[in-house]
Amino acid sequence: MRLARFALLGALVGALAAGPALAQEAEAPTPPAQKWSFSGLFGTFDLAAAQRGFQVYESVCSNCHSMRLLHYRDLAGIGLTPEQIKAVASHNTVPLGLNDQGEPITGPALPSSPFRSPFPNEKAARAANNGALPPDQSLMVNSLPGGPDFVYAVLTGYKEPPPGFNLQSGMNYNEYFPGHQIAMPQPLQADQVEYADGTKATIEQEAHDVVTFLTWAANPEMVQRKQIGVRVVLFLVLMTGLTYVVKRKVWSDVH
Amino acid sequence: MAGLNKSDMKNPVINWIDTRMPVFTLMQREYGTFPTPKNFNYFWNFGALAMIALMIMIATGIFLAMNYVPNTGLAFDSVQRIMRDVNYGWLLRYVHQNGASMFFIVVYIHIFRGLYYGSYKYPRELLWIIGVLLLLIMMATAFMGYVLPWGQMSYWGATVITNLFSAIPLVGESIVTWLWGGFSVDNPTLNRFFSLHYLLPFVLVGVVFLHIAALHITGSNNPLGIDVKGPQDTVPFHPYYTIKDSVGTCVFLLIFAILVFFFPNFLGDPNNFLPANPLQTPADIVPEWYFLPFYAILRSVPDKLGGVVMMFGSIAVLFVLPWLDTSPVRSARFRPIYRQLIFLLVISVIALGFVGAHKPEGIWVVIGRVATTYYFLHFLVILPILGKLERPRPLPESISRPVIGPGGSGGGPLPGRAPAKPMEKP
Repeated sequence: MRLARFALLGALVGALAAGPALAQEAEAPTPPAQKWSFSGLFGTFDLAAAQRGFQVYESVCSNCHSMRLLHYRDLAGIGLTPEQIKAVASHNTVPLGLNDQGEPITGPALPSSPFRSPFPNEKAARAANNGALPPDQSLMVNSLPGGPDFVYAVLTGYKEPPPGFNLQSGMNYNEYFPGHQIAMPQPLQADQVEYADGTKATIEQEAHDVVTFLTWAANPEMVQRKQIGVRVVLFLVLMTGLTYVVKRKVWSDVH
Repeated sequence: MAGLNKSDMKNPVINWIDTRMPVFTLMQREYGTFPTPKNFNYFWNFGALAMIALMIMIATGIFLAMNYVPNTGLAFDSVQRIMRDVNYGWLLRYVHQNGASMFFIVVYIHIFRGLYYGSYKYPRELLWIIGVLLLLIMMATAFMGYVLPWGQMSYWGATVITNLFSAIPLVGESIVTWLWGGFSVDNPTLNRFFSLHYLLPFVLVGVVFLHIAALHITGSNNPLGIDVKGPQDTVPFHPYYTIKDSVGTCVFLLIFAILVFFFPNFLGDPNNFLPANPLQTPADIVPEWYFLPFYAILRSVPDKLGGVVMMFGSIAVLFVLPWLDTSPVRSARFRPIYRQLIFLLVISVIALGFVGAHKPEGIWVVIGRVATTYYFLHFLVILPILGKLERPRPLPESISRPVIGPGGSGGGPLPGRAPAKPMEKP
């Protein structure tokens, strides 16, 4: 009996230990863990960082990457006022359907418009990017196994290739990207954006901000979810305790 | 007027209805006064918990279906619309998504309970068989549900699993085309999977009803695995087990809530955040965690048809388990060898789960084959022989006069006149 339990424990521990060991066999090093405002049970989005991140997205990422699942109205989630949203949207020219003559028209986006896409379709995107498709960023943080830490590591991981490294033409060396070859040239440069709030725009700062924004974009419900979660869990803990007490009372006459 | 029911209900309206249609009498008999062994431990919560999980899945699923679009071009975005724009859509969706995992956890523990305490033995064979049928329907439902969000893993999982049927000689390819409704997993496949994913849970409800009907004929098994000898061995279902099931339900909901609100994507695959792309195969196609042991069995056999047969065989063997286990003693408490081996079986299944999550290379192949071998050896060879060789410990006289202490952890027999205690008392 005891032997079997030990064996069960051993098998579990062994299998758990083998998991990370196997992951390390992949080429790229594990991205270092960063400090995020949104991590942990009570973590919320640093709205200032998310807004700066949106600025980085607008002026840098959005030249190649779409965010087709987001609408300008969603930016209320990172604290933009309705006026700010209107202003941000109107800076972007988007398709607005057909006019009365049946011709496609474009014009300034409305808060209800989806984010402007840099390319009309996948073929156009590939044609403009040496055959590579810049992935949509709406859910990017969730779709990459390393999550925010990985995206941050790639954004800040551009380096000169080590001597002898066979870099294919049109590719760039990145310390953290699997295979170390990435089609995207280094996207972020120091002082590439001028932050409205005066924050110094180092590459690390820009990467940190844009990852915060992208994490919000992929999980816009997160703050509300955790807030409700805390209340639900507290209620259920109380309920479990009360129910158990009642159960003890009901069963007290059974022998 | 011979058919009228003589109702004992106090409330005149209820009495009036009950006289003409005795549903209240029925509920009173089956869930009120229903005599239930008094020595259940908390393992006996899991049937009720499975029922609650099913109800939660149906309730959230109906509302999700109001907003979901079963079309390859729209499915992924419609799910994201639920997550972003539908009021509390994220809650519905995360409850449904994690509810599947909770449902399987509960059902797997429920099955373990049945295996450990011999709940499949006479006279509960049919009850057990209906249960295995429930597991099969549930697996089909879960598989088709996972395809609906039309992410990368949805699409490629569907492709891999439906392709298994092509291993059937002669008609395999035709069956796969028939299942797909075309020549690849495509819109017709998604449409029918949605239809069936909506239908099967209600089939499940019907079969659950049969499961409970059969249970209420044989009565519940209990941790001692001996028959109820009389009223002194039982308590009425209500309030004793309604309140005990409520404790379990609270704990179940607590774990469920922690998963939904704080780790909603912990059990999911990051690849499913990418829309299905038939031109790009993910590096590693893995099913959801609850299918991993079966996936591991499939991949442990070097032959495709052999793997498929073994995978389905791993469930099929459960159907005949009541006749494979030749021991007349139900509870593992009184079967010293079986009690060790059942843990070996659990280790094998857990090991298979880890094997299924990894590429079939190196040590994982070896572990997978050893565990698969033990799984089948356990049911097909060991159980039939063990029943004849094993010397069971002496069985208690009755539930209210156990010869073995409530802890039961290998303690020697107690004197027959030792005061009996309910199992859960400290």
